[in-house]
Amino acid sequence: MDRIYNNPDYMVEDMLKGFVKAHKDLVETTENARVLKYKNAPVEGKVGIVTGGGSGHKPAFIGYIGKNLCDAVAVGEIFSSPTAAAFLDAFKAADSGKGVACLYGNYAGDNMNVKMAVRKAKAAGITVKTVVANDDCASAPKDELAKRRGVAGEVLMWKVGGAKAAMGADLDGVIAAAQKAIDNTRSVGIGTAPCTIVAVGHPNFTIEDGTMEVGIGHHGEPGIKVEPLKSADGMAEEMLDIILPDLPFAAGDEVVVLLSGLGATPVMEQYIVYNKVAEILEEKGLKIHKAYVGNYFTSLEMKGVTLTLMKLDDELKECIDMPADSMGLKQL
Amino acid sequence: MASFKNSEAGSIVLDLIKTIQTNKDFLSEVDGKIGDGDHGINMNKGFTMTEDKLKGKTYSMSEGLSILGATLLEDIGGSMGPLYGVLFDEMSMASEEHADVDAEVFKAMVEGAVAGVQDIGNAQVGDKTLLDTLIPASEAYAKALEAGKDFSAALDDFKAAAKAGWQSTENMVAKIGRASRLGERSRGVLDAGATSCYLMMNSLAESIQKLIG
Repeated sequence: MDRIYNNPDYMVEDMLKGFVKAHKDLVETTENARVLKYKNAPVEGKVGIVTGGGSGHKPAFIGYIGKNLCDAVAVGEIFSSPTAAAFLDAFKAADSGKGVACLYGNYAGDNMNVKMAVRKAKAAGITVKTVVANDDCASAPKDELAKRRGVAGEVLMWKVGGAKAAMGADLDGVIAAAQKAIDNTRSVGIGTAPCTIVAVGHPNFTIEDGTMEVGIGHHGEPGIKVEPLKSADGMAEEMLDIILPDLPFAAGDEVVVLLSGLGATPVMEQYIVYNKVAEILEEKGLKIHKAYVGNYFTSLEMKGVTLTLMKLDDELKECIDMPADSMGLKQL
Repeated sequence: MASFKNSEAGSIVLDLIKTIQTNKDFLSEVDGKIGDGDHGINMNKGFTMTEDKLKGKTYSMSEGLSILGATLLEDIGGSMGPLYGVLFDEMSMASEEHADVDAEVFKAMVEGAVAGVQDIGNAQVGDKTLLDTLIPASEAYAKALEAGKDFSAALDDFKAAAKAGWQSTENMVAKIGRASRLGERSRGVLDAGATSCYLMMNSLAESIQKLIG
């Protein structure tokens, strides 16, 4: 194995220490070793924004702690949900008395731990409301939206929810905006090589050389189909063929595009895919209001890309355009 | 009517801990076939942490179960932390006000466990989860009491149904959790959660049978 670590069982702890040292202008530790918070959190008079999830998805989740983004994040083991206690402590770290919006992805473990934490928060006098991201088109048919997983569209959900909270909206206003954000967002991924949790020692799935898996999940969950590897343009076409009819997106729509690498795909190659995505969207009469290209939501050293589109209205546009400062997303 | 003293039954929790520690590798092996292969490691971690917390203390069955539940909830995470955390927490709550635990109190414990797990997990029988062990066991136990069987005989039915339920997961396709993404590929393998649940329910029943003689 060509991976870099000290003790495979303490990679999350060791990563957190380095992260806090590198970004002390943005984040702080809390009493719970598995909770990091924005250094100014709780922000007086503002609804708190919390997320959390398994580790291995950098910059998600802790990379989105910062100004006008997330106030506190619960950190799990690699690819495994944080504990209910971590979510609860994140709520406490984020709450200024205005309540907390917990914006997270649709996975069985996260759902249960958040549910337990919300129950305990209520007993502790903290109001928490949730939005569960389900932007991954490939993870379930359209008539089973509640079964779909949350993937890179979560970044846009945090951007919108974080901005709305910073604008002074109350908890219901923040929840409504974040829910609208994810309801108007669709994603799909293509994987070209798998990833390995160091402590496990072998890839958790296989992708044969010369093939690609369309619809792959953030932990290697099986996609819709395995096909011979296509060109960058071919991948762009295939991903848009899945995303566009699903919402559906139509001519005249204004959209945000987020193209993320899965971890080991060079950013250069991500731009090659983006070039075709933008070309097709323009041909179809969609207007790209803003594009994000880079490693925004990864899966260790998996190779491949995910494509996310969000359809905008005035409220979402205002939220997307708001400045933000975090490790994973800096916007002037 | 057969019963045992709650205050003198903390050993039930120690037996549960021993069961998980003894079966750590077996659980990881079962999990490795369609999961991450870390079920035994995670369970052993939570149960051994509980053992450390209990060391040198005196505690009733209900108190021991409460500490076990809280440890799983607070320190384990993933899916199994909350599911088993709630299961043992519910068992503790259903029994904590009873100085003497009889067949009816145990019935309330098991039914509370089922309700708690279903409330947070949203799974049904047939989804290839720990509920495929727990629900048939709970139903068989209630039926045995209705038929007039005594505590120990009803626990025999409880154990048998738990075992049959656990083994029924082998031919199921997972419908919930990470294994559900494997679809048909999950058939032919026992569910790891149903396996640990069987081992624990069996341990619980046997410990009680020893206590009531």
